[in-house]
Amino acid sequence: MLRTHTSPVQVRTMLKQKPPIRMVCMGRTFRKDSDATHTPMFHQIEGLVIDETTSMADLKGVLIAAIKAFFEVDDVRLRFRPHHFPFTEPSAEVDVGCDRSGGQIKIGAGDDWLEILGSGMVHPNVLRNCGIDPEKYQGYAFGMGIDRLAMLKYGMNDLRAFFDADTRWLKHYGFSPYLLPGLAQGIG
Amino acid sequence: MKFTLSWLKEHLATDATLDEIVERMTMTGLEVEGVEDAGAKLAAFTVARIKSAAKHPNADKLQVCQVETALGDLEIVCGAPNARAGLVTAFAPIGTYVPGLDVTLEARPVRGVVSNGMLCSGAELELGEESDGILELDANLKVGTPVVEALGLNDPVIDIEVTPNRPDWLGVYGIARDLAAAGIGKLVTKPIIPIPGRGAAPLVEIENTEACPMFAARLIRGVKNGPSPDWLQQRLRAVGLRPRNTLVDITNLIALDRARPLHVYDASKVKGAIRARMGREGESFKALDGAVYTVTPAMCVIADDEKVLGLGGVIGGEESGSSEATTDVLLESAYFDPTLIHATGRATGINSDAQYRFARGVDTGFVLPGLELATQLITKYCGGEASDVFVAGAEPGPPPPINFDPDRVRQLAGIDVKPTRVRAVLKDLGFETSAEGQSSKRIIVQPPTWRRDVEGGADLVEEVARIEGFDKMPTNEPPRAPGFRSPPASVGESRTRIARRAAASLGYLEAITWSFCPRAFAAAFGGGGDDMMVANPIASDLDCMRPSALVNLIKAAQRNADRGFDDARLFEAGPAYQSAAPEGQLRTVAAVWRARPPRHWRAAPQPDIFDIKRDLYTLLEALGAPVASLQTASEAPAHWRPGRTGALKLGPKVIAYFGEIHPRALKALDVEAPMLAFEVFLDALPAPRAKGRAKPPLEKLDLQPLTRDFAFIVDDATPAADVVRAAFAPISSSSAMWRCLTSIAANAWRRARKASPSRSHCSRAKKR
Repeated sequence: MLRTHTSPVQVRTMLKQKPPIRMVCMGRTFRKDSDATHTPMFHQIEGLVIDETTSMADLKGVLIAAIKAFFEVDDVRLRFRPHHFPFTEPSAEVDVGCDRSGGQIKIGAGDDWLEILGSGMVHPNVLRNCGIDPEKYQGYAFGMGIDRLAMLKYGMNDLRAFFDADTRWLKHYGFSPYLLPGLAQGIG
Repeated sequence: MKFTLSWLKEHLATDATLDEIVERMTMTGLEVEGVEDAGAKLAAFTVARIKSAAKHPNADKLQVCQVETALGDLEIVCGAPNARAGLVTAFAPIGTYVPGLDVTLEARPVRGVVSNGMLCSGAELELGEESDGILELDANLKVGTPVVEALGLNDPVIDIEVTPNRPDWLGVYGIARDLAAAGIGKLVTKPIIPIPGRGAAPLVEIENTEACPMFAARLIRGVKNGPSPDWLQQRLRAVGLRPRNTLVDITNLIALDRARPLHVYDASKVKGAIRARMGREGESFKALDGAVYTVTPAMCVIADDEKVLGLGGVIGGEESGSSEATTDVLLESAYFDPTLIHATGRATGINSDAQYRFARGVDTGFVLPGLELATQLITKYCGGEASDVFVAGAEPGPPPPINFDPDRVRQLAGIDVKPTRVRAVLKDLGFETSAEGQSSKRIIVQPPTWRRDVEGGADLVEEVARIEGFDKMPTNEPPRAPGFRSPPASVGESRTRIARRAAASLGYLEAITWSFCPRAFAAAFGGGGDDMMVANPIASDLDCMRPSALVNLIKAAQRNADRGFDDARLFEAGPAYQSAAPEGQLRTVAAVWRARPPRHWRAAPQPDIFDIKRDLYTLLEALGAPVASLQTASEAPAHWRPGRTGALKLGPKVIAYFGEIHPRALKALDVEAPMLAFEVFLDALPAPRAKGRAKPPLEKLDLQPLTRDFAFIVDDATPAADVVRAAFAPISSSSAMWRCLTSIAANAWRRARKASPSRSHCSRAKKR
């Protein structure tokens, strides 16, 4: 079975570990899609935090910090918008502020919005099915497509080039093996 | 789901602008896909009257018109054949952007005559395809009236994405209710007063109450059907529906307005009683879309004494449908099981407005009000006399009540909302609330019949949070972890990271290639079994899970060479799929080195398997593998070239393969140049021994290192690695030769090793 998202890792983590849980995972995911912005294989990053008082305010703080660090833009604007996902309640989609004038998407400028990720408070039924007492514990989860975020950050227009292994592309977008990503020195 | 602004305002009394409404919808969870505001685009165009038209002095096909416009009388050059005195048409002043032409008008002489604006065709306003001439508007229109007003286009169309949990948003009234709760206006509620019936009701029987729990029907006798009133036609057209006749248009209106699908039968075509029952083998009917559908026992049909009339809640039949000739109409308002309707929709491929709504679940409390509302409209626009209402079955019970602590809103969403406000928000959304008891802070919440998605406290928190606004949520700075009890990354994750950096620092470029490959390629690399085929591949050349990342790396190296970059060194840290079982997915690091062809002037010296072995060892050392204890064996899978391949083993476990790829395997991939490669199986490496990074104290000898060269005479067939291993091995072998050899070698190497802290000395010796 090829997974369509990395959420099974959340379930396995909750089955294996006792709260408090803080987890980030990433991996290959597969969907039957193919065009300039969809590929049959892509990557997701997902996070899960379960504790006694973890709320959506904490989710907001973590996502703002993570997205700022990723795009390396200080005044990046995020908008949390109600949405529906079956495994979270309440659920929010997150939009990033951008500028679309001139045919290019620029993050951290303009007054337009672009949806980049889904998130929410883990549904009590999910906790219960993983053997965690929803009366005592609560927490949040979020997930996003890494490849699509990279496209936005670097202004790339074709996702398929990511998996073509063209040495010119790899040399151009690659990183030095001696630069360790981190909040101090940036991540890309 | 599409609707117009004026339609929404029928249910929502508000002074808010379109932008404010759209913004509030978005922030309440109604995702706005688009707003089509033809009025804004055409705001500058006004109605004008041509007073006279004369031939252009310098052009045959042009006319010079004197036009009465909003800006006074103007001279305008026009090429339209229908431009004539007295014609009322659309006028664009200088400076207007004309969308159909994508130009902004400038005052420019046309063959010597200055045109002070433009008279426009429908195509130029993007109103239609035909462009035989300029628009011909109603002669009674006042000059200066905006064209959008004259054409009835001044009503923006809003298109929203409705999430599957909110079937009530498939009706404009439901959207207005949420917006009113969110504080952008007041919900306009008009009570639906039942119309007293006269005369016998039609007879309805339900044979399967699970499929169809409730079915209400009434006859309206003596109606006069025909085209529906203009406002109704315009409203349906604006959201993309074709008006048919008044009866059908009214049912469509109520479906879109109240998310309540109805059906109207021509009563003269119905023989005997109406039955909601499961389909029978061999039954079929011709539907309203013109197609003939065969029904199955898994579908709920509506039938009379003789035949199937239609698929309940999905589509009606052509024969029993109401037409302009209909005088007695049978009105149906029923409730069908959502799961069944969903399945019927899938089986038949029908996705009608009714099917879409029933499959998501319509309001169980609106079966009878929907029938009364339709009766009101039908008797108003078609006349006729309504019979008594016949109700078969009963309305499903309301959703179960929820015992709720209002403080959960603060706990879960982080927003501080007073308990009274929580109750007020829920009340605005149609929930009933009551205190659990006098001393209790908890409340009992009864969800309305249209909100079966609300099942627990978390759902109520979401309701309150989205109406209060997610922007009211505070932001908590991420806490700094006090320290990790266990390493944040798993062993496998750490190894992958280290291997990546090691390979990249050796000059290999990291690639990520598909997890799939063509089956023939997989077969050449030991894969391609039936269990590794992708059931639903995106393309025929991505139909099999790859048995090794080497397959795609080799192809990638060749692709690069074909483009003129012929010295590719690529690696990938990713999975290899060897079986469909969970343990069949291996965590690997694979690398290929495509050397330049030997006759290339830049090619010398040619890399050989010792070069790739050196890179492999460097990578394994970085991973902390017990490099000195690895045995080199020569057996390897068939895609490796015998005699130029090695397997690094630790006991029975293969840690890595390295060497040249077999020409036969390369040929299967349509690659000609030799490829050096290695593949490391990260999970085969032994687990790191101890936790922590404590190291024993450094032992330094005071003596100078001493170097000696030894030569051993061994049998030709003895692998070099055996000699080296023997030098390190404890003296335990039974063979006499080994005993002798190893004793000399061991002593020599022990001395050498003790003396020299450098490991590179050993590696060099090993290579030889």
